[in-house]
Amino acid sequence: MNETLLLIIEWTIKGGLLAFGLATGFAYTTFYERKWAARLQIRIGPNRTGPGGWLQPAADGLKLFFKEEFTPANAYKFAFNLAPVLTMVPAIVIMAVIPWGTQIDFFGRIIPLGISNELNVGVLFLLSVASVSVYGIVLAGWSSNNKYAMLGGLRSTAQMISYELALGLSFIGPIMLAGSLNMAEIIRAQQQGVWYVVYLPLAAVVFYIAALAEVNRSPFDMPEAEQELTAGYHTEYSGMKFSLFFMGEYIKMIAVSAICATLFFGGFDGPFVNTYPLLGPLYLGIKIFISLGLMIWIRATMPRLRYDRLMAFGWKVMLPLSLFNVVWAAAVIVFFNVR
Amino acid sequence: MTLEPVMEVTVNDLKHLLSDRAAEGDTMLLNMGPQHPSTHGVLRLLLELDGEIVVNCIPDIGFLHTGIEKNMEAKTYIKAEVMTDRLDYLNTTGNNLVYVMAIEKLVGLDVPPRAEAIRVLIVELQRIASHLVWLGTHGLDLAAMSIFLYCFREREMILDILEMCGGQRMMTTYFRPGGLWRDTPVEFEAAVREFIRIFPKRVDEYEALLTRNPIFIDRTKGIGVIPKDKALEWGLTGPTLRGSGIDYDIRRAFPYAGYQDYEFDVPTEEGGDVYARYKVRMQEMRESLRIVQQALDNMPLGPVNSANRKFVPPPRSELGHSMEAVIHHFKLWTEGFEAPKASVYMPVESPRGELGVFLEGDGGPRPYRVHFRTPSFTNLQALPWLSEGHYVADLVAIIGSIDIVLGDVDR
Repeated sequence: MNETLLLIIEWTIKGGLLAFGLATGFAYTTFYERKWAARLQIRIGPNRTGPGGWLQPAADGLKLFFKEEFTPANAYKFAFNLAPVLTMVPAIVIMAVIPWGTQIDFFGRIIPLGISNELNVGVLFLLSVASVSVYGIVLAGWSSNNKYAMLGGLRSTAQMISYELALGLSFIGPIMLAGSLNMAEIIRAQQQGVWYVVYLPLAAVVFYIAALAEVNRSPFDMPEAEQELTAGYHTEYSGMKFSLFFMGEYIKMIAVSAICATLFFGGFDGPFVNTYPLLGPLYLGIKIFISLGLMIWIRATMPRLRYDRLMAFGWKVMLPLSLFNVVWAAAVIVFFNVR
Repeated sequence: MTLEPVMEVTVNDLKHLLSDRAAEGDTMLLNMGPQHPSTHGVLRLLLELDGEIVVNCIPDIGFLHTGIEKNMEAKTYIKAEVMTDRLDYLNTTGNNLVYVMAIEKLVGLDVPPRAEAIRVLIVELQRIASHLVWLGTHGLDLAAMSIFLYCFREREMILDILEMCGGQRMMTTYFRPGGLWRDTPVEFEAAVREFIRIFPKRVDEYEALLTRNPIFIDRTKGIGVIPKDKALEWGLTGPTLRGSGIDYDIRRAFPYAGYQDYEFDVPTEEGGDVYARYKVRMQEMRESLRIVQQALDNMPLGPVNSANRKFVPPPRSELGHSMEAVIHHFKLWTEGFEAPKASVYMPVESPRGELGVFLEGDGGPRPYRVHFRTPSFTNLQALPWLSEGHYVADLVAIIGSIDIVLGDVDR
């Protein structure tokens, strides 16, 4: 009884910490993007709100809270309201299976760092939850009763079909090497050997490209292509509903960065992490930070692909490559005696 | 309370513009613009889409109609010049040039060589500035964000030079019939030399970002192909024409303002697609810089205004001691000069193509008719057949590649 209660308290605190961390993480990802993109584009970026502009995300959030929530007259209200939630929630839920560290000794109580590190179908859970959020985009596009939004929704459907396969198959390499779907197990296997990016560099690249498509980031941001579709699926959204889409996108960026770090870059692994477990979240944070920086860099540099080309690229290049990766992983196991 | 739509147009009302499939609901009508990020101003397009493929594209212009041509008839020749700046707001000095040259042709006014050299220099800088805006916005249309800001960094240098000369960044009205408003200031040469020094490296930088970028090539190669014969048929000019492999540049075909004395190439590309037009404009920037360099190196000394006091106001210094100068000054600024009852047509090569002005005098101090033959308007006509069968995403690239300025289209 006592043990169950303690466990509930522990989970609540960890869940709260994660949700809070992601909410601020989202806000400061936008800030990071604006600052870093500004550096790349010989601009200064936000620097008026607070010291060095550090309160800008708070000001933006406040603004979005007080904005009028506008629903178009002929929108299908239920789906219109549901769509932002459907996009946002899975993005947070994904993070539940990502380990932040090993475990800490908290006044005699062993607390694993992470919410459900040892979930034995971790990778599967992650894939299935991540795919749910596309429904949000499709529903938003369809229910807005706006032609631009609908085109955005259709594009994202096409995009998802072409990318989920490559994304899923690029997970297989690390799973084969570690022999487990358990995220914590995958990290432990990397701690004992080397990070899987050494064995599977191609898989890491394929994963990263597919992940960019998964989170609708440039150069695969077709669903919201502002130059063609004004704002794509969220054309008709405003206020908090819009910011939920925004949050969904940025939290997903954080989530796929975390997944990438976990599968290919040792997750929380780093020097002295076993002696000082609290270094784990820090290392993971640094890896996420680098990956986010790369995403922003790509966005500032690359033109956007056309969506039929994206599908062709997904089916004709990415899928064969990721299939090849499966064979590659098998060869690695045999020749390097990884397991 | 429900809001009633103010005006509703059914597919039936538009059926003379659309394909038969539209009536059956087989295709979708999409209104693009006039408030749309990628129509370069206030161009409205009515699109008939099959999925995302354009079946019909119907441009609707006139949202920026300012009545400039008509207004100019009510002003004296000199005062009407300020309106030409507002036509094609990316090529302001070029518009000035074509207008003052038409006046000079109409009344037979001489221009001193120094003024001509400065005119060529400024117009070529303006061409670079215009191409920079084109490159930046074209990049933005394809979602290459950063290039926009890089282009505007260099454009800012040119605008600073213009401000130095004419006192204004954009609407300079620097060229006047018979010469210039005033000579260039002392800092001018250093500023232009600095630009000449920096700019080639910067063009290399843009090219490094785009020319061999696989995504950029994917988005532009084979898109919006203009065959040679069609380009001639539709009267396209400028880089849009040269992108189809036709070597025609008014600066060389009918030299004006002393262009025959400069050494420059007219770049052409064979592809006829968006990529070819991109390559042509990139090379044109380098060629323009060559002309700027030559103009600066061989800049003649001397006056910048014609000595013909019937058309060019006397300098301030003369007003104190010459009664005749005071009379000329008074006559020019109250009544203006009179032009003969005749008409002229003066074409120049603007960054967008052949910019011509038809000017008709009626013997009085005001033009009887001013008409501009603007390249944007003519080139825009090609858009419907150019975009047919392409994706909406390509349509945006095509609009960018023919480089329209809506102020130039509507007048």
